Amino acid sequence: MKLSPEEQAMLDGEAGTVLQTAMAHQVKVGRFFGAADFVPVTQAHVMADTESLGQAGVMWLEKLADANQGGVRIPTITDPRGTDFEKASLLGQADWMLELERRAIDAFRRLGVSMTDTCINYQTVLAATRGEHVAFGDTGVVIYSNSVGGARSNFEGGPSAVSAGLTGRTPRYGYHLDSHRQATLRIRTDWTPTALDEWGALGGIVGRLAGNYWQVPVLEGLERAPTSDELKHFGAAMASFGSTALFHLPGITPEAHSLADVGGDRLPVAHRIGRADVDALKRAYAIDRKVDVVVFSAPQLSLYELRELAGLCDGRRFRRPLLAITSPQVKPDCDRFGYTARIEQAGGTVMAGMCFYQSYAREISEAKGWKYLVTNSAKLVNILGGYGYVPMLASMQACVQAAETGELA
Amino acid sequence: MSATTYTARHAMGRRVVGQALVASDGFSARYDLNRLQGVFSRPAHKLVGQSYVDRILVLDTAKGGVATAWMLHEMRSRNMVPSAIVFNTVNTILAQGAALGDVSMLAGFDGVDITAQIPHGAMVEVDPDARTIRVLAPGEYPAPSAAPEGTNKVHGQR
Repeated sequence: MKLSPEEQAMLDGEAGTVLQTAMAHQVKVGRFFGAADFVPVTQAHVMADTESLGQAGVMWLEKLADANQGGVRIPTITDPRGTDFEKASLLGQADWMLELERRAIDAFRRLGVSMTDTCINYQTVLAATRGEHVAFGDTGVVIYSNSVGGARSNFEGGPSAVSAGLTGRTPRYGYHLDSHRQATLRIRTDWTPTALDEWGALGGIVGRLAGNYWQVPVLEGLERAPTSDELKHFGAAMASFGSTALFHLPGITPEAHSLADVGGDRLPVAHRIGRADVDALKRAYAIDRKVDVVVFSAPQLSLYELRELAGLCDGRRFRRPLLAITSPQVKPDCDRFGYTARIEQAGGTVMAGMCFYQSYAREISEAKGWKYLVTNSAKLVNILGGYGYVPMLASMQACVQAAETGELA
Repeated sequence: MSATTYTARHAMGRRVVGQALVASDGFSARYDLNRLQGVFSRPAHKLVGQSYVDRILVLDTAKGGVATAWMLHEMRSRNMVPSAIVFNTVNTILAQGAALGDVSMLAGFDGVDITAQIPHGAMVEVDPDARTIRVLAPGEYPAPSAAPEGTNKVHGQR
């Protein structure tokens, strides 16, 4: 791996131990993937909830901050935290979880990281543009930025994203290279979803078919351009089910004005998927009608999703907890426009700056006795099975109705 | 190269010897594990219920989100971590996690499904410097402390 004199100096420790730690980590990863050199990046986005970090990860961050050698050199922001401090008791979270979160936040701040606490930064903070090299964490952020924005990022886990923020660069491999951005799998659909859970399910199916990080699916047959929220659920589920980081939609996404632009015309149609496949995926999760909790999260909700949810909550009274989770950037508008009040008047709760599965979901389940969980997020149902939940996928309307009746119709 | 030695395209870490836990399935520390108990916990995973601690995982592909990049490091801090992970196909997150967590890793075996070649429960050597995984013959290793439970029947191993 070719290093510039500045990069070599960082690696040799001439710029301090913090940059040496960051550069050593990046070189190790870059060599593993055969990166030829580094590429400068303009933004970094760090996934770092403390359930993932644990004590060891927080101590790693604190060691970097304690060195007092300066912080990040490019705009560096954070993915959702592991709690909404104002609502932690409602989730049954223990004091030690909150203390660990506070320590992580303190270390991040001392490193100059901006605590945006969002996984929808492409809707709320600063969308990366076509050709812009970035170092983003959160698979949903990466797949959206790569596919919809045309930006260039690999999945950058927290340590790598922190390192990129500190060094201002990342190893040039994977989706930073033209050679990895052509389609490898051609799929055709004869059905265009309407509801967000359907978009997520369709994305999940595409992800399963793609199967691994290096596959780039191109999907033909959509009858209209999806909205940002539809693409958000579609991409987040695809990344979750398939570890997929880039997709193309001919005539819709920026690198695929045509199928030929991404090499799709040279691929056979490997799979055809339609409404029956989406319905089958949903049925596979429809284990029980019982519902303990309703969750809207993963990704965090946009203002328009909250607007729709508020409309569905009007005139209802919930028998089950309903949690709607958004970003700290959206929450003030949600309050200002009255959506929060309408959701909470029905018995729901609007939270900000966290995401359900990144918030000690197993411990929440044990503390609250929540097992049967219904959501309109295909990504969330894919994740929560491992945390001991029975997650079920339904439309936003069906989820709200389930909160009211205690059963999934 | 002998018939029981396989060479990877990607490698990192130190040489380790251990018992292989093999499945034609994916891997994500967040999605698939109960990290407190040190076992696979996702009901649909082929290794559900089995301990991964100090084992050499031989799996098809890296799955899921970015959390594993931190989690291997956290698992290492409690000595509740696999000693190596071997994939047909790796993603960036698992490699980044292995780098931080000091977990040996191999990935990418041209023309070979490594999960169909390594017997479940076999003693193997992972040598990142040579980029190889090798099935050890009896006599090359001390007896394992406990055999893993059976898993994917496609391998027919017990």
